[in-house]
Amino acid sequence: MSDPADLIIVGAGPAGMAAAATALAGGLRVVLVDSGTAVGGQFWRHPPEHARSVIPTEDLHHGLREYHDLREALAAHAQKGQLDLRLHHHVWSAVRQDDVFVVHAVDRRKAPQEIAVVLRAPRLLVATGAYDRQLPFPGWDLPGVLTIGGLQALLKGGGVAAGSRVALGGTGPFLLPVAASLAARGVEVVTVCEAAHPRAWLRHPGPLLRNPGKWAEGAGYALTLVRHRIPVRPRTAIIRAEGGARVTSVRVASLAPDGSPRPGRERRIEVDAVGVGWGFVPQLDLLITLGCALTDSADGNAVVAADEGLRTTVPGLYAAGETCGVGGAALAVGEGRLAAESVLADSGAAPVLRGKRLAAVRSAVAAQRAFARALALAHPIPPAWSSWLTDETVVCRCEEVTAGVIGTARAEGACDHRQVKQLTRAGMGWCQGRMCGPAVHCLTDPKQAYRPAERLVATPVTLGALADLDT
Amino acid sequence: MSELIIDGKPLAFVEGQSVAAALVATGRVSWRATRAGHRPRGVFCGIGVCFDCLVTVDGVGGQRACLVTARDGMTVTTEESTDE
Repeated sequence: MSDPADLIIVGAGPAGMAAAATALAGGLRVVLVDSGTAVGGQFWRHPPEHARSVIPTEDLHHGLREYHDLREALAAHAQKGQLDLRLHHHVWSAVRQDDVFVVHAVDRRKAPQEIAVVLRAPRLLVATGAYDRQLPFPGWDLPGVLTIGGLQALLKGGGVAAGSRVALGGTGPFLLPVAASLAARGVEVVTVCEAAHPRAWLRHPGPLLRNPGKWAEGAGYALTLVRHRIPVRPRTAIIRAEGGARVTSVRVASLAPDGSPRPGRERRIEVDAVGVGWGFVPQLDLLITLGCALTDSADGNAVVAADEGLRTTVPGLYAAGETCGVGGAALAVGEGRLAAESVLADSGAAPVLRGKRLAAVRSAVAAQRAFARALALAHPIPPAWSSWLTDETVVCRCEEVTAGVIGTARAEGACDHRQVKQLTRAGMGWCQGRMCGPAVHCLTDPKQAYRPAERLVATPVTLGALADLDT
Repeated sequence: MSELIIDGKPLAFVEGQSVAAALVATGRVSWRATRAGHRPRGVFCGIGVCFDCLVTVDGVGGQRACLVTARDGMTVTTEESTDE
């Protein structure tokens, strides 16, 4: 694409794909950047285009008609030269200079080689999604213990299962599709430990009744689980993983209402892999450094503050999908469309969605947000989760900082995750607190929403790639 | 099947898989040791966030195995090999 772009979109998951398709339909020139090997993000993760016949993953997906429609629309615009699709591109910084957004990325198509790329446009849309939220427990750093998102990514992207006898645990509906995917690939899912009680849903029946599609999806998973005889155990948790070079068993506890293990109600189950996830953490790095205001979400995360049109508080900067609050792919698609409509309006272009179609997207987004809120309230982090930690439990995986050391820092007066970091190095390693940050936050300041530390470099880059910059 | 070279030995993989997926396909879930505790680590988040799966690829260290697409003839070195 030789002409300058009107819009850069970072993240080609459901939100970014939908936003791009709408902006392109409205005549804008778009650059769509993603670190992955194919469009789809985590939810619609696929092997690279050339590998789809040898790594079949279609049966593991949901909402694929939408995915294929969006993918075809993007491909058609890429062919015309209106869309500049940059896969394998890792964005490490975005800044606003004189009303223009400058996005720094590295092209890793020939990884480990990195080529610096600088993209510019007057408008930027950040749709960087989310990753699994983790709560440490003894043995969670043993090989074979993965995030549930990691298990799913290996299945959807590479066609491989990380174990043959797997226990899943945590909270939230994402446990179910991961169990179903594993079962579909012949893995024995020995237990699904859901910390919440299904009764929690009855406190917020309205959003559930207004989203019949979600009912149907849930019922579909339930049927799959029954067919494979996968036991889902409410109000239980994996409180310990055991093994040496690899996990060999887990301890599953029945939980009291506050989330503490009930004495004498523990079981040991032999496994060769474990998946855990406690909801998600939005990927806000680019938005925080760009200076966006944040707001609190019902799931305990700070998220980007955006208006009805998904405009952030920074002029020309938009956000869609999980960065605005975790709510799933269907909501992300709707938000992507609405964000693109705002970009079109703010650029002086004609709208793509009008009248009844626009109203339908808006009302679907409102219903799905209400559903996401009810879901977050029904699947909270158990207040007493830290009772299953021991002093020796590693909390920060990178710097190997234990719960005991963090406890000492708290006793010395550290009252949030930043102060704990300064005293203990928890959050200073390779992942920059992405894994332990939410947990350290919950240990120190659980009443507040988790606001991640500002990370000026969103992904590590080589000095060589920086030296190539000619700006 | 294509092949990469891991710690001097050939490893067959399916075109399109990441280095991490290629390793997991052979039953391996760890290939690194932590600095302080020398604890085994490998794939954890699977999507490039946790940095537990670091390997050296074609001589360049600090590569996330879950993000690097395996290529025929690629040379991968793990920390397990340097410890031995």
